[in-house]
Amino acid sequence: MTTATTPVTPDYRRTMRRASTNPVIKLLKRIPAFITIIVLVLLTAYPLFWMVINSLKGKADFLDNPSYALPETWVWENYARAWEVGNLATTITNSIIVTIPSLILIVILGTAAGFALEVMVFKGKNAILLFVLAGIMIPGQMIILPLFTTFFSIGLVGSLTPLIIIYTAGGLPLTTFMMATYFRAIPREVFEASTLDGASILRSFFSVGFPMVRNAVFTVAIVQFFLIWNDLLIALIFAGQRKLNTIQVGLLNFSGEYGAIDYGPLFAAIVITVGGILVLYLFLNQRIMKGLAAGAVKG
Amino acid sequence: MNSVLGDKKAIAILLGPALLVYTLITMVPVLWSFGLTFFKGNPLQGFEFNGIVNYQRIFTDSYVHDAFWFTIKYAIITSIGQIILGYGLALLYMFVLKKSSTLVRTLVFFPVVLPTVAISLLYQKLFQSAPNDGLINELLVNVGLGSVDWLGAGDTAFIVIVIMDIWRSMGFYGVLLFSGLLDIPEDIIESARIDGARFWSLLRHIILPMSLPILFASIIFSLNGTVKVFDSVFALTAGGPGNQTTPLTLYMYRTAFQFSDYGYGSTIALLLTIICLVITLMLFRSSRRDNTL
Repeated sequence: MTTATTPVTPDYRRTMRRASTNPVIKLLKRIPAFITIIVLVLLTAYPLFWMVINSLKGKADFLDNPSYALPETWVWENYARAWEVGNLATTITNSIIVTIPSLILIVILGTAAGFALEVMVFKGKNAILLFVLAGIMIPGQMIILPLFTTFFSIGLVGSLTPLIIIYTAGGLPLTTFMMATYFRAIPREVFEASTLDGASILRSFFSVGFPMVRNAVFTVAIVQFFLIWNDLLIALIFAGQRKLNTIQVGLLNFSGEYGAIDYGPLFAAIVITVGGILVLYLFLNQRIMKGLAAGAVKG
Repeated sequence: MNSVLGDKKAIAILLGPALLVYTLITMVPVLWSFGLTFFKGNPLQGFEFNGIVNYQRIFTDSYVHDAFWFTIKYAIITSIGQIILGYGLALLYMFVLKKSSTLVRTLVFFPVVLPTVAISLLYQKLFQSAPNDGLINELLVNVGLGSVDWLGAGDTAFIVIVIMDIWRSMGFYGVLLFSGLLDIPEDIIESARIDGARFWSLLRHIILPMSLPILFASIIFSLNGTVKVFDSVFALTAGGPGNQTTPLTLYMYRTAFQFSDYGYGSTIALLLTIICLVITLMLFRSSRRDNTL
């Protein structure tokens, strides 16, 4: 393949191709692509739609009619039952109580550490970065037993504090690393200039560095939000008591106690859980997609 | 200038808290867990030193053997499925949908952000067989095949887990690999087209070779996630029937929290950590190669 013919604009190419093919054949050629897209959309959206119609069915409806049929009578009270019996108000509150402080701590500590490891100059910087990076690969199973022992003996088991502490520590390696790579894109001169104007380096971090990586902070927070909100392992161990259940543990328990008897409310509880995320996704989808992909590339 | 950027006090204030939390909550427990591998017992009944018994046991334990191979089989099959379908999606976005791909991309990505527990419960219902059929069995019955007790046997339950985990993450790999395709210089593709290359030979000779580094990195990234599989298995099959769909993560959880054997649990966790370490080292090698290309 020669690259000598490079200066050809896409427009030129398009007109060339269109001229050479019959429009009917061109339309026919697009049919496989159309089918692929329809299959893809059905594959993603239909299970979710199926979940919604089943959340509105009564007990008898499940036994008498096929699951893909629309509800015979629309049982909206499934949602009220799910909310009450599934303890959703408590579990959602617990998840929020755990997630928000963890996110704030991760962002502040991780950004500061990323700044120190990228912008500041000191010995052993790379060794520390490698030490922090090692945390990304360590599975939760390797740390939970000592943590459970410790939190148990100092009487913290029975509150949501262990979750906040563990999620914070768990989020720091990836966040620190991601923030360090974002700070790499900012010229050192910016910080040197601000310190020349008389600001201390701490001040120039808070008033110059932090605002400059605002977008990156948001990206990092999105990645960590989903990791924390959707976590099951740590929550099972430290939030097993009913009053501490996070939304994932609560949903699992609800399914175990109630799901085999009455499907409608279980489906309704799943819809509520998914619906909350859907609202978030409707507003932030492009940033979420970019953020999670960045988390993978940089991690 | 270096004196300002080298200010020891500022470094301590910025780096200290993160390093302290990370060391105390992650690194110290790792070493402590390693220490536990030489003990038997749990915090309530106390610990008893038992040398290398846990290590002897892990090599002869048929449950560990099964869990290890389940983990490896699951990780490899799921990762390959995720990458192949993800790459297919990326090609679709890039060459068929072009500028109008945003809507499809956004839709297919949605399951990625959904809680695993919710998706697992949904899949339990989709693949249900008793007391009445779920959607998948209804489809099979309607096309003349019999209904299958999906979650009642190890082999079929494995298939359900793999399908579910590919379904919920292919959109992610689609976006990740799509961003890789966007990095291929457009003029290379254009000039090959003008030279008369058809799509398939374009794919084989230019696009695929140029996306090999990101494909390799994605596979490793995917393996690193899939060997740690816990949520989807725990919520979908709870390791059953029997222990036929039990990965190492779940066997460790059971050993520690149901059989209260922290020492042996730590030994299984150590095996898992070693697997993760091997995969991570592979990732390091692959990213080194990227830089020299």
